[in-house]
Amino acid sequence: MIIILPLDENKTDICVSFGRCPFLMIYDTENNSTEITENSAANAQGGAGIKSAQFIVDSKADALITVRCGENAAEVLNAAGVKIYKPEGIDAEHNIALLKDAKLSPLTHFHAGFHGIQ
Amino acid sequence: MKIAVLSGKGGTGKTFVSVNLAVAKNAAYIDCDVEEPNGRIFLKPVDCKESPVFAGLPEFDESKCVGCRKCVDFCRFNALVFIKNKPAVFSDVCHACGGCSLICPTGAVTETMRQIGSVEQCKYKKTDVVTGILNIGEASGIAVIKEALDTGLRLNENAVIDCPPGSGCAVMESISASDLCIIVVEPTAFGFHNFKMVYRLVKLIGKTCYIVINKEDAPYPPLDGFCAENGLPILARIPFDPETAALLANGELLYGMNDYYTDLFDKVVCEVKP
Repeated sequence: MIIILPLDENKTDICVSFGRCPFLMIYDTENNSTEITENSAANAQGGAGIKSAQFIVDSKADALITVRCGENAAEVLNAAGVKIYKPEGIDAEHNIALLKDAKLSPLTHFHAGFHGIQ
Repeated sequence: MKIAVLSGKGGTGKTFVSVNLAVAKNAAYIDCDVEEPNGRIFLKPVDCKESPVFAGLPEFDESKCVGCRKCVDFCRFNALVFIKNKPAVFSDVCHACGGCSLICPTGAVTETMRQIGSVEQCKYKKTDVVTGILNIGEASGIAVIKEALDTGLRLNENAVIDCPPGSGCAVMESISASDLCIIVVEPTAFGFHNFKMVYRLVKLIGKTCYIVINKEDAPYPPLDGFCAENGLPILARIPFDPETAALLANGELLYGMNDYYTDLFDKVVCEVKP
């Protein structure tokens, strides 16, 4: 199973933003490998959540652990069958362990965009 | 002459200044505040003709799509996604630029047109009144603003353009065709802050700029200082007056009905030069 989490600048804590998080952690339960990559959507003019969600789908992830997720991103993830979970606390590694033990609950609230469009 | 009236902060008095100025100047009135076009409340125009405004939205032909994702990668607004081996669009994020249909190497993307609003063309006495109306729920009014400007400027090159609030894309679009800008500003910290934002925009685009101070209950030295420093001519200082507020709340046009405001707007007309 591939699990993805949005990360803060320190690369250990879960970022409160999904679409505009600076880094993404990709964890593979097959071989317990962790990869951290820059989020190319962080500075997108618009549609950052959509672009981040596309990355999750392209990474063939099974699950995303995130504090917040917008409606558009959720639509992409749902369509691709990616499960979205709510973290307990902010430590990324700890949350991966919790998810492996099936101790995380699904994220159920999806916000409308923070588009603040002019 | 095309005069754009803008303010930054909403509720400052753009529409009040625009409608009275348009009538005083014998100019067309073009309402580009398409999310809440209010000029009609004051002008109560008649003989209306309404025409629809459309925006493109990509449609994908799965039989032609080879899954190259060029359209998804091209979209700078990230309105396109590629899931389950096919592209899909988020219509509220799409800016209708048409780029995806141009970049598709196999002709799998075509643009379908959907109505996003309309432009209403009416008359108040001799004044052409053109109103851009964006449908509720639509994210971007740019296409409606463009169509309202085209329609209004075809009727009369002499026009007053009532801009949307803020300093974003919709305002840029509204002032782009103008010869000069009048910024309506409230003498408050909030009004002054937003005024400086729109002033930066107007200066960046290189438009001549005039100031109208509205609801002036007392002088606000930072604003007067800023105008003096930047050589911005203050065309009028409209006092804060509960009676005027009551007339405006009733949707009254003041030019031609009230001597004080008739003189005030006649003076503005004389002083404004491109």
